Amino acid sequence: MNTKLYLGTRKGLIEAERSAAGWRVTRNSFLGVQVPMLLPDARDGMLYAAVEHGHFGTKFHASKDSGASWKELACPAFPPKPEDVPEVINFVNQQPIPWDVKKVWALEAGGAAGELWCGTLPGGLFHSLDGGTSWHLVESLWNDPGRAKWMGGGAEWPGIHTILVDPRNRHRLLIAVSCGGMWESTDNGASWTNIGAGIRAEYVPPEQVYDPGIQDAHRIAWSAVDPDTIWMQHHNGIFHSTDGGRNWREILNANPSNFGFAVAMHPHDPQTAWFVPGIKDEFRVACDGALCVMRTRNVGQTFEPLRDGLPQEHAYHLVYRHCLDVTRDGNTLAFGSTTGSVWISENGGDSWERLSADLPPVYCVRFG
Amino acid sequence: MPTVHFTANLASQTAAPICQVDGATVHEALHAVFTQHPVLRSYVLDDQGAVRQHVVVFVDGTAITDRRRLADAVRTDSEIFVMQALSGG
Repeated sequence: MNTKLYLGTRKGLIEAERSAAGWRVTRNSFLGVQVPMLLPDARDGMLYAAVEHGHFGTKFHASKDSGASWKELACPAFPPKPEDVPEVINFVNQQPIPWDVKKVWALEAGGAAGELWCGTLPGGLFHSLDGGTSWHLVESLWNDPGRAKWMGGGAEWPGIHTILVDPRNRHRLLIAVSCGGMWESTDNGASWTNIGAGIRAEYVPPEQVYDPGIQDAHRIAWSAVDPDTIWMQHHNGIFHSTDGGRNWREILNANPSNFGFAVAMHPHDPQTAWFVPGIKDEFRVACDGALCVMRTRNVGQTFEPLRDGLPQEHAYHLVYRHCLDVTRDGNTLAFGSTTGSVWISENGGDSWERLSADLPPVYCVRFG
Repeated sequence: MPTVHFTANLASQTAAPICQVDGATVHEALHAVFTQHPVLRSYVLDDQGAVRQHVVVFVDGTAITDRRRLADAVRTDSEIFVMQALSGG
């Protein structure tokens, strides 16, 4: 059973540990500084953290001792923009999209030793083959003409928030962009295809509703045992794919809501997935003031709201896309909210205990 | 030689000592500092070499005007201060 939980928050990286007495908060790092993304790397025990200073930009740190000490490494950065390369204009605000990392928004281990993938806001994908000692921009995606259709999803610039590396084939990647849909590479990032037939957007003119290049996939998740089965929590719905993300069907019977940001899939049971629903879209709080996690155990035929241990009156929690995680055995889950609460379940979501209600806004939740 | 000072809040994140360096412009002076302390560069400048949005650079009490190329002139006895702007963070 995993016994460490790492929380990226508005005021630093906060750790919790499981002992015989239960879970408790044990330590903080980078106090006062945003930690929008972190990665406990199961391959070698390294812990990586993106650290975002309000004045001094985003930095990248690594720890060999589970957060006891840290070393600053190179941070993903855009190369100098060549003068002869035209700007890509964000059509929403008619401003050029900057060649400047504003936020690290995705961080995942690749298939090779020391290989890391990093997604940023604005929407750059960066690749490291040496454990974050150096990075390079994946220019094939950055230069794709389709990027001109991307738009910010709740942010000033569009960004890459999800990276999935196929456990069967490390050269196959899926990324998700808010708002720029889903992109697949089968050659380790050398070329990309925008996929996602059947995904529907409510926020564009009618002729663009099914355009895969503008979809706001809040988060996608697959099961390690069946990467062809993918769930998507989208801005205006929940979608499911059984062919690796090429085709999707909309799930219309979510209970209590099809709005949210986070989704997690059971590592061994592709029929089971969890969501954290809220009221769409201008409200973004728990439905009816009653917080729940929503689970399906039959590929979306039915959904059950899981409420045991969660506040059911005047609860205004919102759970961001990176704030729900499940352990490798599929039994222990944790999620954290914008109002600084974190809950943990050790029975697949049937019941929950609050770790703390006194934390900063939570941006990222990951078991170590 | 111009003298470059950094806000104490920056010095708490990475090495940012007071430096005396050669340079006729802010660009030359700062890059002389970054040659000695390369990690410091990305704390002050963005990926394209412009002054970060929420950082302010003063030369002899006046904020620089060229935040993209850092072409503002400095004298041999100038005092350059790299501060955090209260617009951010």
